[in-house]
Amino acid sequence: MIRETRGFPSPFTPFKEVPPGNAKAAENPMLKDKARIVRELEKIIGPNGVICEEDELRVYDTDGLTIFKAMPDVVVLPSSAEQVAEVVKVCHRETIPFVARGSGTGLSGGALPLEGGVLIGLNRVNRILEVDYENKRAVVEPGVINVWLTNAIAPRGYYYAPDPASQIACSIGGNVAENSGGVRTPKYGVTTNHILGLEIVLPDGEVVELGGKTLDTPGYDLVGVFVGSEGTFGIATKVIARIMKKPEAVKTLMAVFENLEDASNAVSGIVAAGIVPVSLEMMDNNAIQAVEKGVGAGYPLDAGAVLVVEVDGPRAEVEALVHPITEVCKKNRVREVRVAKDDAERLLLWKGRKAAFAAMGQISPDYYVQDAVIPRTKLPQIMAYISELSKKYGLRVANVFHAGDGNLHPLILYDSRNEGELHKAEEMGSEIMKACIGMGGSITGEHGVGREKREYMPLMYTEDDLEAMKNVKRVFNPDGVLNPGKIFPTGAKDVKAGPLGQRGIVEKVLGHS
Amino acid sequence: MTGPAADKIAAGGFDGIDPPDTEIYLDCVHCGFCLPTCPTYLVLGNEMDNPRGRIYLTRAISEGRSKITDRFVEHMNLCLLCRACETACPSGVKFGFLMEAARGQIERNYQYPPAEKRFRDHVLRTFTDLDRLETLTGLLRLYQQSGLQSLVRASGVLSLFGRLGKMEALLPPIPDQRLRKELPEVLPARGQKRGRVGFLAGCVQRFFLPQVNLATAHALAENGFEVVTPKEQGCCGSLLVHEGEREHAKAFARRTIDAFERAGVDFIVVNAAGCGSVMKEYWELLHSDPVYRTRAEAFSKKVRDTSELFAQTPVNGRLRELPLKVTYHDACHLAHGQKVRQQPRNLLKAIPGLQLVELAESDFCCGSAGVYNVFHPEVAQKFLDRKIDRIKETGAEVVVSANPGCTFQIERGLKDRGLGVRVVHPMELLDWSYRGAMPPGLQRI
Repeated sequence: MIRETRGFPSPFTPFKEVPPGNAKAAENPMLKDKARIVRELEKIIGPNGVICEEDELRVYDTDGLTIFKAMPDVVVLPSSAEQVAEVVKVCHRETIPFVARGSGTGLSGGALPLEGGVLIGLNRVNRILEVDYENKRAVVEPGVINVWLTNAIAPRGYYYAPDPASQIACSIGGNVAENSGGVRTPKYGVTTNHILGLEIVLPDGEVVELGGKTLDTPGYDLVGVFVGSEGTFGIATKVIARIMKKPEAVKTLMAVFENLEDASNAVSGIVAAGIVPVSLEMMDNNAIQAVEKGVGAGYPLDAGAVLVVEVDGPRAEVEALVHPITEVCKKNRVREVRVAKDDAERLLLWKGRKAAFAAMGQISPDYYVQDAVIPRTKLPQIMAYISELSKKYGLRVANVFHAGDGNLHPLILYDSRNEGELHKAEEMGSEIMKACIGMGGSITGEHGVGREKREYMPLMYTEDDLEAMKNVKRVFNPDGVLNPGKIFPTGAKDVKAGPLGQRGIVEKVLGHS
Repeated sequence: MTGPAADKIAAGGFDGIDPPDTEIYLDCVHCGFCLPTCPTYLVLGNEMDNPRGRIYLTRAISEGRSKITDRFVEHMNLCLLCRACETACPSGVKFGFLMEAARGQIERNYQYPPAEKRFRDHVLRTFTDLDRLETLTGLLRLYQQSGLQSLVRASGVLSLFGRLGKMEALLPPIPDQRLRKELPEVLPARGQKRGRVGFLAGCVQRFFLPQVNLATAHALAENGFEVVTPKEQGCCGSLLVHEGEREHAKAFARRTIDAFERAGVDFIVVNAAGCGSVMKEYWELLHSDPVYRTRAEAFSKKVRDTSELFAQTPVNGRLRELPLKVTYHDACHLAHGQKVRQQPRNLLKAIPGLQLVELAESDFCCGSAGVYNVFHPEVAQKFLDRKIDRIKETGAEVVVSANPGCTFQIERGLKDRGLGVRVVHPMELLDWSYRGAMPPGLQRI
């Protein structure tokens, strides 16, 4: 079913729904024994945590990226790490492929389940187990919502730094799997920079600890290996995260520009001036329209681009930084620089930025978001190119992105009710991606490869590179039962030879059947 | 939300009468921002019991991929219709309309088990029929005043009555019904006249909380409003809209519009959040009614929560000190349904001596949700427990609630925990402040 698109296969295969009871379902190894396996899972979890009927299962057939859909056979909702391990043992013993899911907000299909597989939802494993303020660390379970941790420690003046735009909904377990970024990455880095240790359930059900409570542990950095493994190495059941003391002062500026080019040049100018802002975020006019309609953050509706810049640190330093940032903006024909006068205004500016994807429903029925990365200096060129592509394909684009680290999020707006529009959006997306690689960038900054971008991996890596990565995966996940069909391009021979291949599951994963 | 219902043809597994609006599905981008604000998701932890999942399930039926099944009905009915998701949604998904339409479909096209159906009908008729309520409150008052209630409760016989027995536990103290009759049809404005307002006396509010209605009317009059309480008004239909009895609700809505149109008023004032929310949305309920469509639009534009009326005009003077520490509970249909949050707080701040402490999670549903606590007592109790925990943290001696359902629910929760905190309506506080006292006659038992 894979279509050829400009030299490489399309990652988009049409949605197939398999109602139980048809011929194909009968071949499914899971379905043959479904009743027995469900009984066993219910014994572990209780009946309230096992879902196996189609009219309920369907809500789990997709995550935040709805172009991919696949209905799992069983969804299991454990409430503790012990239950997770027990469920995994059953899956391993029966060679049933399984996938972990947090809040289902991911944008690369990383938590996309498998027809004939088990989906383990971790949203009920959601306690904050321990906060050690003196040593600045917290132990949390994977289902804890990102912002819950910050909310819990804020009264004592602490916060958890990685803050993806979806932080009010996404889970820390999902952040660990995808190595999520956020709007604070220019100064504070991504998730991996804030994880000290992990308890994980390996794909055979064994529970192991990686790292620890200290900043570094002797030997290999296995925490670093695990963070960003996109749910293919194991399921994190405890996360030891660094927490940080709130800085003495924070200032947030909104700079309004007539066009993206001026704004892009200002970004380069700020970085070139040696300033390390916490955040350097950009939005174009389409994004502003959606955000203002949805949230009313106070961005001018007629602006070509808005830059949100945040600096933090000791009060004197923060005060001193406002002037040079404003100067750089002025040099780049800024229309207005507004410094948020209080916390309420500051939070509103951020609320707007963070709701940008979620507000797209205001201006378009569907969107397809890219996550490409480019060297920051190429910002003006890529923006000009995207605008050219937008005209060529006749599709609007809303740009919302982490300008500070060159991580683009062009949201290609389309209407799936119009025939061929999704296809056009996908083609346009791949052109953007190729251009980014051509400029020395990469296909994903923070959303992960997942199901969506697996076919693009050969654009960045040779066969040998991919083989080396697969060798790492085999160490953790030798049988490939955990989250199959993600990250690596289809047609991988070794997968077919494994236990899943022998049971006919690989074809399903690859979308050939 | 376009075109009369008759023009609409059946869509997938739904019939053609007010089917869920497909445009609403398209607004949802599946981002999940609604998840952590949904009380049922936080308590039940399933994707089927959050707005994103419920939209997905409804859409599958619209598109003919699924049918109205027992499990679908269960998840839709478990929704509180608190609309916290609408506050959270950056894409402006009108979840409330979608759920109300879906429940209308369920009501018509789903066969409840006979006992369940009888129970539902009984509950909905009772709370929306003024004659029934009048008889019932009379009997219940007798039951409570005669000491029979204490006897029955002590005997344990209630456990034999299943759901009706559980309902008994929800029963608030029935006030003296003479209070209800003190509200005149027209209460003249005092001082300089600011306008003529129509007052919705409600059903539950009228019989179970007459002192709130009296306080509201007096506070309005004190502020220069002539208060008209049309006799021919009945139930506004709010409960029926929420439970999917749309045709029945439409008849009530038409009657309400007639009554207030005849009264010739500048505004229609409502002191119950659930009623106000639905009356502000009569335009949606009656969108396919060729006669009432435009009248409903004009009517909805005139509806105000009492606190909004005071926000437009400063509170008149002569307020006396009310030395109370209070906290404010946001009724869902005020905060999420009508986007009214600041006005009642400002009103409370205008009362001298009154100390307002903020309630954590103030806009998290208390579990009352119309008759939700009657249909789903176990789940509702979880929300109530959470609400009482938060109230306890404030150390307030009074909780302010602008919705009768919330008032009873929270009052019961406080009593069960042995907390001596009282629940009052903002209009009661205002009235007390005018009188310079909490009149013993108005104090709840």
